[in-house]
Amino acid sequence: MKAEEFSVTELELAGWPVRITSYRIGGTWHAKADNVSPGANIARAKAGAREQAESRVIEKASERLGATRRHAEVNVNS
Amino acid sequence: MEHYAHPEVLVTTDWVAQHSRDDGIRIVEIDVDTSSYDEGHVPGAIGWAWDSQLCDTLVRDILPKDRFEKLLADSGISRDTTVVLYGDNNNWFAAWAFWQLKIYGHSDVRLMNGGRVKWLAEGRELSQDTPEVAQADYAASDPDLSLRAFLDQVRDASASGSINLVDVRSPAEFSGEILAPPGLPETCQRGGHIPGASNIPWGKTCAEDGTFKSASALREIYAAEGIAGDKPIVAYCRIGERSSHSWFVLKYLLGYDGVSNYDGSWTEWGNLVGAPVERGA
Repeated sequence: MKAEEFSVTELELAGWPVRITSYRIGGTWHAKADNVSPGANIARAKAGAREQAESRVIEKASERLGATRRHAEVNVNS
Repeated sequence: MEHYAHPEVLVTTDWVAQHSRDDGIRIVEIDVDTSSYDEGHVPGAIGWAWDSQLCDTLVRDILPKDRFEKLLADSGISRDTTVVLYGDNNNWFAAWAFWQLKIYGHSDVRLMNGGRVKWLAEGRELSQDTPEVAQADYAASDPDLSLRAFLDQVRDASASGSINLVDVRSPAEFSGEILAPPGLPETCQRGGHIPGASNIPWGKTCAEDGTFKSASALREIYAAEGIAGDKPIVAYCRIGERSSHSWFVLKYLLGYDGVSNYDGSWTEWGNLVGAPVERGA
């Protein structure tokens, strides 16, 4: 058993750069979303097909990223 | 070509493939996403959960000595075992485990360079079996607290400038634009950074395949921000795992003296009443 058809793509979700990693182990496709910076895991999903797994992980990641607040007052001391 | 100061603390995926089942070697996977191990792991590897097995779950702290000893004994690890750690996110929590093993004096600890993602990307063999290991005896050393920075030291360092503070979070976290990595819950009351800190994100130290950059490249990355090993260094992030990764780079790959990890990190400082905070780049 090994990870096959390993793929990494980058896209933007809710204004944030995201890395989507997907691969198949046996008959199960795994997809994970993480921040390009800082690299934290945001979401994971598995399904019977790559498209399904990636679609699910993008949906989960979009929801979580959409809740991220940008704080406007960052320049007060800069 | 410049070599790492301590090349013995790194092994390649090839090396692990050849030695993962050797006597005297224990491979351990530690992931941010603790379900990854069950998905498939290096054959013969055991898994540790960072959020339940590598910390005190009641008091915010690393593992107390007695629980550390039990974890290692239950994992079939004795003082002379070669422990090879790897995990997801370019070894974030593998580095966190490495740091704790060094605190408790384990001599032969190594990281698999590139971590879990490199193993997967190379299409190497995976197993879903959890190996049975024979119970071992383990007596840890008293904790080496020179590897760990606490709030008072960091406060003094920030005020005096006597220590280089390295904030390894992303620029957006450092500036205060966001309070946690995008998509993760906010875990502090204020955004920004500890006054006097330099921002050198952990990810700068890794190549595309997840392996560490060369010694000369690493030295340049830190030197560009004034970190040259001439003063003690305290690394911090949000909860101490990303900074374990940078601590590893600074102490073992570059060989700088006096490097410690402030695991209280921003979730401590950014919640402190009265703590000074700087914002902006």
